[in-house]
Amino acid sequence: MNSETVLELREVTRRFGTQTVLDAIDVAVREGSFTALLGASGCGKSTTLRIMAGLDRPTKGKVLLNGTDVADRTAHERNVAMVFQSYALYPHLTVFQNIALPLTMRHLGAFGRLPFAGRLAPGTTDARDLIRRKVAVTAESLGLSDLLHRKPNSLSGGQKQRVALGRALVRDPVMFLLDEPLSNLDARLRVKMRGELISLHKRTGRAFVYVTHDQAEAMAMADQIIVMIAGKVAQAGTPRDLYDRPASRDVAAFVGTNAINLIAPEDGPSFFEGNTGDAVIGIRPEHLSPANDGALGARLETAEFLGSETILGLRTDQGKEIVAIAPGDYSVPAPGSEIRLGVAADRLHFFDPASGKRLEREHVR
Amino acid sequence: MTRFPRSVREGLTDAWLVGPATLALLTFIFLPVVIVAVLSFTDYQFGARSFGWIGLENYEKLFGSTLGRRALSNTLLYVAIVIPASVGLGLVVAAGLHRLADWAPALSNVLRAVYFLPVAATLVAMSVAWQMMLHPTLGVVNQTLVALGGQPQNWLSDRGIVLYTLAAIGIWQTVGYNMVLFLAGLAAIPADLYDAAEVDGAGGNWSRFWTVTWPMLGPTTLFVLVITATNAFRVFETVATLTKGGPAFASDTLVYALYREGFVYFKAGYASAITMVFFAVLLALTLIQFRIVERRVHYR
Repeated sequence: MNSETVLELREVTRRFGTQTVLDAIDVAVREGSFTALLGASGCGKSTTLRIMAGLDRPTKGKVLLNGTDVADRTAHERNVAMVFQSYALYPHLTVFQNIALPLTMRHLGAFGRLPFAGRLAPGTTDARDLIRRKVAVTAESLGLSDLLHRKPNSLSGGQKQRVALGRALVRDPVMFLLDEPLSNLDARLRVKMRGELISLHKRTGRAFVYVTHDQAEAMAMADQIIVMIAGKVAQAGTPRDLYDRPASRDVAAFVGTNAINLIAPEDGPSFFEGNTGDAVIGIRPEHLSPANDGALGARLETAEFLGSETILGLRTDQGKEIVAIAPGDYSVPAPGSEIRLGVAADRLHFFDPASGKRLEREHVR
Repeated sequence: MTRFPRSVREGLTDAWLVGPATLALLTFIFLPVVIVAVLSFTDYQFGARSFGWIGLENYEKLFGSTLGRRALSNTLLYVAIVIPASVGLGLVVAAGLHRLADWAPALSNVLRAVYFLPVAATLVAMSVAWQMMLHPTLGVVNQTLVALGGQPQNWLSDRGIVLYTLAAIGIWQTVGYNMVLFLAGLAAIPADLYDAAEVDGAGGNWSRFWTVTWPMLGPTTLFVLVITATNAFRVFETVATLTKGGPAFASDTLVYALYREGFVYFKAGYASAITMVFFAVLLALTLIQFRIVERRVHYR
């Protein structure tokens, strides 16, 4: 094991009844890294996170935290922090009390936690001062200082999100686990919080594991993305790895703002110079653009002007729908016109038609 | 057909929708309450052709006489036993069945039905069953007691015991209802909150209950408390069928006294005064629910 690895899952399998949700997955999270668990809903990414947290136990396999097996340690004993999609704030507690809860559970005994009588418990004054100081510092860093006496129900979505982050931050955990933390926010706020999460990650220096179904979020924030498909790790790598060298057709289809064009041999004769055999060809729309001497011809059906670029929807003579992206200054011809499209050869991906696995160019028959 | 302007038509629709219910409410609830309130200041007897104003005499009799005070204190004691026991047991049973449902759903459902049975059954018929069980010599309860080496008791005819016996039956009858309400409340608690509590170190049974379950059940508990209190103040069937308020008024309660004074002795004036006191208590309970507590349990 690498000494820098903070958390490792080894051959972790999780079954619910007869259903296998996780099938012998291996995951390693480096100290200080920002790892995204990316996948469609139901792929097992949330279960993976819950197993990391200790909220769920693997049916088989090991969970190692700093090299030690933590199978029988609770989430609290592992000292991991978790932020939930629903924020999971305690509605009856104020913002201050919500953020302070992990500390009061740690520093105050059962008697000391009582609302009024607790003040009489011996030795709690110092603990209370410590908690008050830590909460104040955390709240200050998240801009929550003026909201400490409010109840969660009176806060906006973004403010609730900050309180949930504060509750995670205040205890100085060994790592942060975030379960789709931004998906309940509106688009503008989501982009803003993205930036804040990245700077939070830098500031704490701890490992972040971030579950999301939004590939753009994963690409923007993570330095390691683990793509999960149907309970298995389909690919783990840097965002660039995933984009440039997707390990399978499914990963290629998942990663990228505009869905990749997948052209099977039965979609028509090979459009490209060189023999591509029976491989499925993948071309990202952004690598397919109008060119007078382009190898591929298709008729224009739709055009979406987005300002910086125009997304073209086309159909080949064989009836295959493909998407291409033209620069924003491209003058769109009338629908039905024939357009020649060019592609850089090194931007082509090849996949085995049966298994869907990536084929290197030299292996394409 | 005449076309009314739109605003008039909408007004007519509103009146048509709200009118009948309002009218019924006025005729069958508000009017009787006003009549009863007026009667409570008179010495009216059912069937009499005239009555005299006697001011607060009826109320003085209720709060001043031994018998009136007896009915009041019996009712308060009964309520003081039934509310905490029935709500507490309801919560414990609901929490148990909620957990049981995770690993033995069938058993949990069967037990749920069993606990709910007393609620669905007619209390008068059930009282007959209780009477047989509590019979001093033939009843199962005493036979079991004797078999275990205890002293047989006159459950329904011992002055010191009878009220507690009735309270026990009252608890038995309402636990199932409270359990169903608490089960619904438990099912509505988001699982995320329990996860958060676990991560925050409040994962033990005790701290999880105080951090998540109890606060989240606040609205349910308030509702259950008010319903249980209302029903407990209304205790009548068991008293009427099992003890008739006896022995020597040891189990006389407010509503039974009201029935006796009004429908056995035809003292409508006095019965009205009892009704007004009863009404005031229920009104107070409802106001407490709406004003003071509701704000606190919904965490605004």
